Amino acid sequence: MSHDVTHTRTQQEYEYDRKRANLGMRNQVTVFALMIFLTFIAFASVQAGMSAYLVAPLILLFAAVQVALQLYYFMHWSEKGHGMAQFFMYSAAFIAFTMILAFITIIWW
Amino acid sequence: MSSTAKKKGFGATIWDYLTTVDHKKIAVLYLIAGTLFFVIGGIEAMLIRIQLAEPNNDFVSAGLFNEIITMHGTTMIFLAAMPLLFAFMNAAVPLQIGARDVAFPFLNSLGFWLFLFGGLFLNLSWFLGGAPDAGWTSYASLSLASPTHGIDFYALGLQISGAGTLIAGINFLVTIINMRAPGMTYMRMPLFTWTTFVASALILFAFPPLTVGLFFMIFDRMFDANFFDHLNGGNTIIWEHLFWIFGHPEVYILVLPAFGLFSEIFATFSRKRLFGYSSMVFATILIGFLGFMVWAHHMFTVGLGPTANAIFAVATMAIAVPTGMKVFNWLLTIWGGNIKVTTPMLYGLGFIPSFVAGGVTGVMQASAPLDYQLHDSYFIVAHFHYVIVGGIVLALFAAAHYYWPLMFNQMLNETLGKITFVFFFVGFHCTFFIQHFLGLMGMPRRVFTYQGDQGWDLFNYISTIGAFLMAIGVILLVVNVIITAIKGEPAGRDPWKDGRTLEWAIPQPVPYYNFKQTPLVRGLDTFWIEKMEGNKEGMTYAEPISDIHMPNNSFIPFMISFGLFVAAFGALYHQDADKAWSLPVLIAGLAITFLSMIVRSLKDDLGYHIHKEELMNEKGGKK
Ligand code: HEM
Ligand SMILES: [Cu+2]
Repeated sequence: MSHDVTHTRTQQEYEYDRKRANLGMRNQVTVFALMIFLTFIAFASVQAGMSAYLVAPLILLFAAVQVALQLYYFMHWSEKGHGMAQFFMYSAAFIAFTMILAFITIIWW
Repeated sequence: MSSTAKKKGFGATIWDYLTTVDHKKIAVLYLIAGTLFFVIGGIEAMLIRIQLAEPNNDFVSAGLFNEIITMHGTTMIFLAAMPLLFAFMNAAVPLQIGARDVAFPFLNSLGFWLFLFGGLFLNLSWFLGGAPDAGWTSYASLSLASPTHGIDFYALGLQISGAGTLIAGINFLVTIINMRAPGMTYMRMPLFTWTTFVASALILFAFPPLTVGLFFMIFDRMFDANFFDHLNGGNTIIWEHLFWIFGHPEVYILVLPAFGLFSEIFATFSRKRLFGYSSMVFATILIGFLGFMVWAHHMFTVGLGPTANAIFAVATMAIAVPTGMKVFNWLLTIWGGNIKVTTPMLYGLGFIPSFVAGGVTGVMQASAPLDYQLHDSYFIVAHFHYVIVGGIVLALFAAAHYYWPLMFNQMLNETLGKITFVFFFVGFHCTFFIQHFLGLMGMPRRVFTYQGDQGWDLFNYISTIGAFLMAIGVILLVVNVIITAIKGEPAGRDPWKDGRTLEWAIPQPVPYYNFKQTPLVRGLDTFWIEKMEGNKEGMTYAEPISDIHMPNNSFIPFMISFGLFVAAFGALYHQDADKAWSLPVLIAGLAITFLSMIVRSLKDDLGYHIHKEELMNEKGGKK
C-alpha cells in the first residue's frame, strides 16, 4: 500500500466530521446511561424482594436489551460496514439456538 | 533487503521455513506435512486391508486392529485431508483475490505449527504405550473405559491441532472479507475462494463444539469428572451430539473446497465460463447452512425417537438438492466446452460419477428406517469412502497436478499423471464398490476378523486387491514428483495456457510480495478477460508502483506451539502416580508458550518496506 499520499481536508469536511463525532459521542453517552439505568433496576428489583417469577424474566429481558445495545452502539453495528460481522453473529446465534433446542428436546427431555 | 533469488545454504533454507510467514511457503509446509500424514494413514489402511483379506486372519491382534482403524480415520481426516486442502488454499486463495498475503501472516504460521505439533503428539502415542483405540468418533462409553493413554493422546493432540485449524479458518475469513483487490466483488470471486470462505465459516462454527467435547473428555478421564458417565449422573449421548455437531459440518469443510477446486478445473479445461456461477455460490452457502442441521443422522439408531429421526432425515435429504445443483452445473460447464483432457480434468471426470454414487448412498442412509439396517455395516464404510476418496482425495490429486506449476514452477509429467489416475481410480472402485454388498450381506464395520463361508471371503479379497492398486497409484504420484523435481524445468506463467483467474496472471516464480501493483479486477475470470482483450501483461493495475509493506519472519509461532506440545506430555502423564516429573514438564511447557506470547506482545515488530526503486529494478514484476 502507498503511504506517501497525504490528504488535506477542506473546511466543510472538517466540520462534517466534527458534527458526526459529536453525534456519535452523544449516542454513546445516552446508551451508557440507559445501560446503567437498566442494571440499577435489575438490582433494585432483587433488593425490593419481588417475586422470583417476575424478577428472573425481567433480568433476562434486560440482559438481552443490553447485549443488543452493546453490539449496536459500543461495537458500532449501527454504523455502515459492519454487515459481515452482523451476518456471522446472527448465523452463530441461529446455529447455537438449534443446538440448544435439540439438547432440550431430545437429550434432556 | 531483497531476499529473492539468492541461493541459500541448506541450514538457511530450513531456518527460513521454520520462521516463514509467507503464505506460499506455508502452503509448501502444509503440503509436506499433510503428505507425510497421508502416507502414514495410508500404511494403516493397507494393514487393515491385509488383516481383512481372508477370514480368521491373525496378521494383527484385535487390540492392535482397533488402534490401527482409529488412527487411520483420525489421521486421514484431521492430519491429511484438512492440511492438504489448507496447502492449496494458502497457495491459491490470496493470489486469486489479488492480495499480497493473508490478513494475519503471523497467525497463519501459528496455525500450521499448532497443527503439526498436535499431529506429532497424536502419532507419538504409537511409541508411548499404545494409540487410541475407540474409533475416530471416540464414543464416550468406549473411550472412557480404554485403559491405556491412547485416548488422552487423542484428546490432547486434537485439541492442539484443532486450535491451529480454527486459527487458519478465521484467517481465511478475514482475508477474503478484507483483502480483495479493487473490483473483486463477492460475486466476482473464483469458486475456490468462495468455497474456502464458506468452509472457513463452517470451521469457525463447528470446531468450538469439538473443543468443548474434547475438554469434557479430558476432564472425565483426567480429573474424574462425570460429563459422560451415566452412573454418576452424566450422559454418554452428549459426547455423540457434540462430536457430530462438529463432525457433520467437518465433512462439508472438507468437501466444499474440493468442489471449489473441481469448479476451477472444469471451467479451465472446458475453456468456458463456469455454468451457473451465481447458483453455484448460492448452493455452496446453502450446503454450509444445512450442514449444521443434520448431525443426528449419525445417531438414528441411538433412540432419539421417531419425531427427531424424521426431522433429521428430511433435513439430510434436503442437502441433496443444492449438491445436485452443483453436479448439473459442472455437467453443463463441460457440455459444449472446448474440452482438453489433462490430468486434473481426468480426475474431474472421474470425480463426478464417484461422488454422485457416494451422495446417493448418503440419501439412502438418510432414510431412518433403512439406516437401522445399514448402520455400522460395511455399507457405511463404502458410503463415506465414496464421498471422501471419490470427492476429496480425487480433488487433492487433481489440485496437486493443477497447482504444481503455481507452487513450484514445474509441471508434473502428464502421461505419468494419467497412469496414476488409472491405477488410483480403478483401485478405489475395486476397494469400495464391493463393500456396499458386504454391508448389505451383514458384515459389520470395525470388526478385526470374520468367520469364513458367509459369502464375504471373495469380496473382502477383491477389496484388498483394490487397496494395493490405490497404493501403486500413490507411489506413482510420488515418483512423478521426484522425476519432476530432478528435471527441474521451469513451467513459466500460465503453464496450462487456459488459466482464467488471477493466480495465473502472476509471473513465475511468484515474487515474494505477490503483486508488484495491486490488480484491478474487471469481472469474473479476470485473467481471461485481460487475455481476450490482448493485454500481454495479464493485469490492469489499480495503483502506481509504490513501497510495499512486508511482515518480518518470526520463530515465535513455532515456540508457542512447541510449548503446548511439551505441556501436553506433562498433562497426560500427570494422572500416573509414579511420574512426579509430569508437573514440572506441564509448567515448563506452558511457560514456554506464555513467554513466547509475551515476547510477541511486548516487542514491536513493524515489518519492513520494499522500496519503489527496488521494485522497479526487479525483473520479477514485468517481463
Ligand atoms: C448428499 C450428501 C450426504 C448424505 C445425505 C449423507 C448421509 C449420511 C448418513 C445418514 C450417514 C450415517 C450413516 C450411519 O452411520 O448409519 C453418513 C455417514 C457418513 N457420512 Fe455422509 N452423507 C452425505 C455426504 C457426505 C459427504 C460429502 C461426506 C464427506 C465428505 C460424508 C461423510 C460421512 C461419514 C464420514 C460418515 C460416517 C460416520 C461414521 O459413522 O463414522 N457424507 N452420511
Ligand atoms: Cu453426516
